[in-house]
Amino acid sequence: MDKAPIPISSAKQPTAKQPNKSPSGWKIIWREIVRDKVAFISLIFLCLVILSVFGISLVLDQEQIVSVDLFSLKQPPSEQFWLGTDYGGRDVFGQLIIGTRNSLSIGIIVTVLTGLIGVLVGLVSGYFGGTVDNIFMRFVDFFMILPTLMIVIAFVTAVPKYSIVSFSLIMTAFLWMGIARLIRSKALQEKEMDYVQASRTLGSSNLKIMLVQVLPNLSSIIIVTMTLNLAANIGLESGLSFLGFGFPESTPSLGTLVSYATDPQTLESRWWIWLPASLLILVLMLSINNVGQALKRATDARQRKG
Amino acid sequence: MWRTVARRLVIMIPQILLLSILVFLMAKAMPGDALTGLLDPSIDPAAMDAQRVRLGLNNPWHVQYWDWITQAVQGDFGQSFRFKMPVSDLIGQRMMNTVWLSLATLILTYLIAIPLGITSGRFNDTWADRLITGYTYIGFAAPLFIFALLMLWVFGFHFGWFPTGGSVEPGTEPGTVQYVASKIYHLLLPAISMALITTVTTVQYLRSEIIDTKQKDFIITARAKGASEARVYNRHILRNSLLPIAAFFGYEITGLIGGTIFIENIFSYPGMGQLFLSSISLRDFSVVTSLVLLYGAASIIGALISDITLSIVDPRIRIK
Repeated sequence: MDKAPIPISSAKQPTAKQPNKSPSGWKIIWREIVRDKVAFISLIFLCLVILSVFGISLVLDQEQIVSVDLFSLKQPPSEQFWLGTDYGGRDVFGQLIIGTRNSLSIGIIVTVLTGLIGVLVGLVSGYFGGTVDNIFMRFVDFFMILPTLMIVIAFVTAVPKYSIVSFSLIMTAFLWMGIARLIRSKALQEKEMDYVQASRTLGSSNLKIMLVQVLPNLSSIIIVTMTLNLAANIGLESGLSFLGFGFPESTPSLGTLVSYATDPQTLESRWWIWLPASLLILVLMLSINNVGQALKRATDARQRKG
Repeated sequence: MWRTVARRLVIMIPQILLLSILVFLMAKAMPGDALTGLLDPSIDPAAMDAQRVRLGLNNPWHVQYWDWITQAVQGDFGQSFRFKMPVSDLIGQRMMNTVWLSLATLILTYLIAIPLGITSGRFNDTWADRLITGYTYIGFAAPLFIFALLMLWVFGFHFGWFPTGGSVEPGTEPGTVQYVASKIYHLLLPAISMALITTVTTVQYLRSEIIDTKQKDFIITARAKGASEARVYNRHILRNSLLPIAAFFGYEITGLIGGTIFIENIFSYPGMGQLFLSSISLRDFSVVTSLVLLYGAASIIGALISDITLSIVDPRIRIK
């Protein structure tokens, strides 16, 4: 087991007896990210993208950007339209900004929701073990095997009143299993530790042990998995939107911009419509992954760089 | 050994059952029923109701489920209203294209993964390893559909080296050499695009396997006994590291299914993935549900094959 993510609470305790107190979890994470130049640049890039996208989209008028303008169809990049316009005369740059905002938001929402469900199921399953665990895990195994993409697409079309809320709920419903399985295996190891036995002997309730004692010890793993999941979820959302089963066209996302490339003419000769969005997805996912990998190293002392 | 296989088979039964219930519920949630595909909507509503009763569409759901599943087991998946033909025939037409695409991708995946993984693991921390690790880093993060689009743009349109759509040159006679050559030519770019992305997990796995095995005692023993470097790698390390990879191919099926949906869409390759997407947009739901059922069953059977082969290869992981 990794001893690296020393629970934050223990690091705060006065350590008069040990002059070399070990650094807190957050300090280790920060140090690891700063040491790893790629991850550090990625983090700065991510912060810049998030700030500028949310900042600029406050100024932009979504209604105006997604409304059709017949006087400026399919224009190449110019001073008025930095990245040209699409077949409806809509400003591609504005769509890119709003699309990035939408893709990031839905990625974060789905990641948080799947994280909550996955951690809860995994914790209960791993902590109690036995029949509960067996049933949960058979269920999780089953859903992990299924071709999730197809089923999500089928459900998206089957839902009568389709909206962003139902889209995120459908995605969540089929994506919490991975994190549940991971947390379960970690909780299974954790519950054999002496501190859990001690706490149980002292008469702590199962609920208290799970949430107050075991959960903080898993926090670093949860953060790492959720970071890596965020990248995967943004990829999945843009993939679904690309196929036409994510956001509707009136709500641009990075995937809807890329989906213009399914028209061979656009793909061949109007790269400014789809290429920026594609590269942005690529770079965003790479950066989030880089940060996630640095976090992963921070939680595993053997892999650390510094 | 046989007990493991038997246990694994028993686990599969509820999985198949659960899948069929999931697909059935999905089919019920979709607008329209089996009748919408068969009849003209302008027909008299009373006659329509009579047909509904005849086809058992007013029965309680468990009766309907039973009818549906017994028919599906016999290969009767209903009618496609778009093509006015049985769904099983329709899928049969497209299936081979997807099978070829998946097979080509699998072969290329291993062809790329094994040399790269071995180089990276054997000469770890050299420039070659850094290059390969960098590639796996990017390939791991890059979404398949974007990579495939870029490949199509660069090699299909810009350089014009590969055809940009279809599965065969129109007008070639099936059975001739040109036909087969044209099929392979059309297959190449989609399969390479997909393989370059799916291969990265195998490369990463192989690399860490080899680095791990390299430091084990039995390798030190082999070296101490004077085995040549080639013998150490070919006889001792690779035998240990390659077998699990060969067994993983069953798990790859789930990934391949997701991949072919994107790839067939991007390269306009007429396979089951494209059929799935076009059927969904045109609300041809009997095709959609059959495809989900089929793909789900394929994934479950793939996992079964992998679990069984893995338990043969590595007895430690047998189900107790």
